[in-house]
Amino acid sequence: MKYKTLAISDPAKLIYGVAPNPIETRHGMRIGGGLIYPELNFTLPDINIRKEAMPEIARHYKQIVTEALERAAELEAPGVMLEFETLPPMTEHPALGMEIVNILLEGIERAHGKYGLKATLRCTPNDNREFIRPPVMRSGRYWDAMLELFDQSAAAGAEFLSIESVGGKELHDDALVNGDLRAVLFSLCVMGVRDMNFIWEHIVAIAAKHGVHAAGDTACGFGNTAMVLAERKMIPRVFAAVVRAVTAVRSLVAYECGAVGPGKDCGYENPILKAITGCPMSMEGKTAACAHLSPMGNLAAATADLWSNESVQNIKLLGGMAPTCYMEQLIYDCRLMNTAAAEGEASALKMRDWLVKSDAGLDPQAMIITPESSVAIANAIVASPSHYAAGIAAARAAVKILRETSEAGCLRIDAREAGWLDRMEDELDDMPDTEDAFIEEMMEEVDLEKFTPADYGLPTTASA
Amino acid sequence: MSTIEDLKTAVINGRRKDVKTLVPELLESGIEPSALLSQALIPAMGVVGERFKNNEIFVPEMLVSARAMKEAMNVLEPKLLEAGIRPEHTALIGTVEGDLHDIGKNLVATMWKGAGFDVIDLGVNVPAARFIEAIEEHKPHIVGLSALLTTTMPAMRDTVAAIREAGHTSVKLLVGGAPITQSYANEIGADGYSRDAASAVDAAKEALGV
Repeated sequence: MKYKTLAISDPAKLIYGVAPNPIETRHGMRIGGGLIYPELNFTLPDINIRKEAMPEIARHYKQIVTEALERAAELEAPGVMLEFETLPPMTEHPALGMEIVNILLEGIERAHGKYGLKATLRCTPNDNREFIRPPVMRSGRYWDAMLELFDQSAAAGAEFLSIESVGGKELHDDALVNGDLRAVLFSLCVMGVRDMNFIWEHIVAIAAKHGVHAAGDTACGFGNTAMVLAERKMIPRVFAAVVRAVTAVRSLVAYECGAVGPGKDCGYENPILKAITGCPMSMEGKTAACAHLSPMGNLAAATADLWSNESVQNIKLLGGMAPTCYMEQLIYDCRLMNTAAAEGEASALKMRDWLVKSDAGLDPQAMIITPESSVAIANAIVASPSHYAAGIAAARAAVKILRETSEAGCLRIDAREAGWLDRMEDELDDMPDTEDAFIEEMMEEVDLEKFTPADYGLPTTASA
Repeated sequence: MSTIEDLKTAVINGRRKDVKTLVPELLESGIEPSALLSQALIPAMGVVGERFKNNEIFVPEMLVSARAMKEAMNVLEPKLLEAGIRPEHTALIGTVEGDLHDIGKNLVATMWKGAGFDVIDLGVNVPAARFIEAIEEHKPHIVGLSALLTTTMPAMRDTVAAIREAGHTSVKLLVGGAPITQSYANEIGADGYSRDAASAVDAAKEALGV
């Protein structure tokens, strides 16, 4: 564990727009330096992505960047991050991805020249390694193509590199639908941590080679899957909330390897990571309703340094194309928060506390990422000697927060979920003392057809 | 003496150990395997499915019951096959090409198995040609197609078209997934649509007219 203390140990200092380790972009945005900026994400409507369709696809992206940045300039946004999260064929064939990267970079430079707009690009190649089952995690054409796209996009001028990596997901989906906290811990803190170490070593090296920023990862495929399943009433919300706390241990590894932020928008564990690392973070909430329901639409903004819409299709709305409309919404969200902050610390804190209080008592997932909870969970993580121990400690801290806030009448927990707090606590009590013992037990239980232990540096059997 | 009702209750409550002892006991008492299936297991999973649909239980609780049913089926299946009794309906299911999401698809498969369907799961990222090959091999009554991304909706459309073009006009095609709607299902020529896993059995039965 690299971090032994917190960068932000006082919950009152865990606030939007300000991070102890801000990042400056080429055009002069200072992320985490006092302002919260919009981060716009976008995707295609239903188009078959193949080489022949590239002229149409390119037209979509050109329209997105041109119109959204024009709207940003009209509304005098102090700066804008664009995120290009690739679709699978664009990572599989880096030339396709790079065609879009170049369109976006040209659009950013055009807007800078024409309006003086400060904008920058985050490139997020999607992780295609799971296209093979079981996934091949450390070699092969999907791995090679992904690194090639990272390298080429950084060389072309994408200032921030991110990913939603999938290491550990082979077992995590089943862990969620079975409500199995042990398997969640194995997926995130044993498998996930190992894969994060491997992949981020490469991303950080590529970023250093090109003088750009290794930004951060997200446990989207883990924590957000749990969150969405909970919102659909498939798994208990308290279980999803505890899973969220554990995801912070996995996502932290990127920063341990040298990532500097801003953490990726869909990582709702980011407030915990901001407390630990002091790096700026992107978040998404109410203005990402176009992509998914979130039980913390306001609260997510409370500690954000970039404010994102997650993703929206390039379709026509009455106010313009959807990405342009969402750019406008994000700008107004940020403008209000920046106006509060400009009036001084007390106003910023008042704004933050309204964002927190409007959501925190209504959902366990929200309660887990309040500034107070984030610092408590962050403390539990940095006090742990290993990622395995940190996962257990984060889960324990989360259960304790949920129990105490519920008992104090500050959090509403559905009656049929109450027993799950005891169930999870029992599971945590039964966890082995050491990671080695845990791995030995789990290798007897897990489905070895679903993943390749060697790709995680794990033995193939308990006795191996 | 144990009864069929005891087995049904054990499955509903997900008590695998009880199921393991009850099934041989009931068979020894002379009850036919088909009766255990039709009067205990399928009705039990019907109750569980209904509770899930009504938000009375969560998926983990439903899966405990499904595993209890599987425990029983491990014993009953060979006997049913021996007696020449096959499930009334065979279903294929898969996530379309380019899409790796499988939680929803897996839950639908579980619900269909609980309803007594013989389910063949083709997995994720399944090309249209693989669906067609499996249709020709297994001759299913129903095929479930899942997609979670707007960008893989065209693959769903292409798969439906390819299955029809290959001459499989009588097999019922059911579609689902976050971006899928009833109107999209109609537009691409699917026979049915399920908005979630909980409704998948009803949607399948409706498409099959049973």
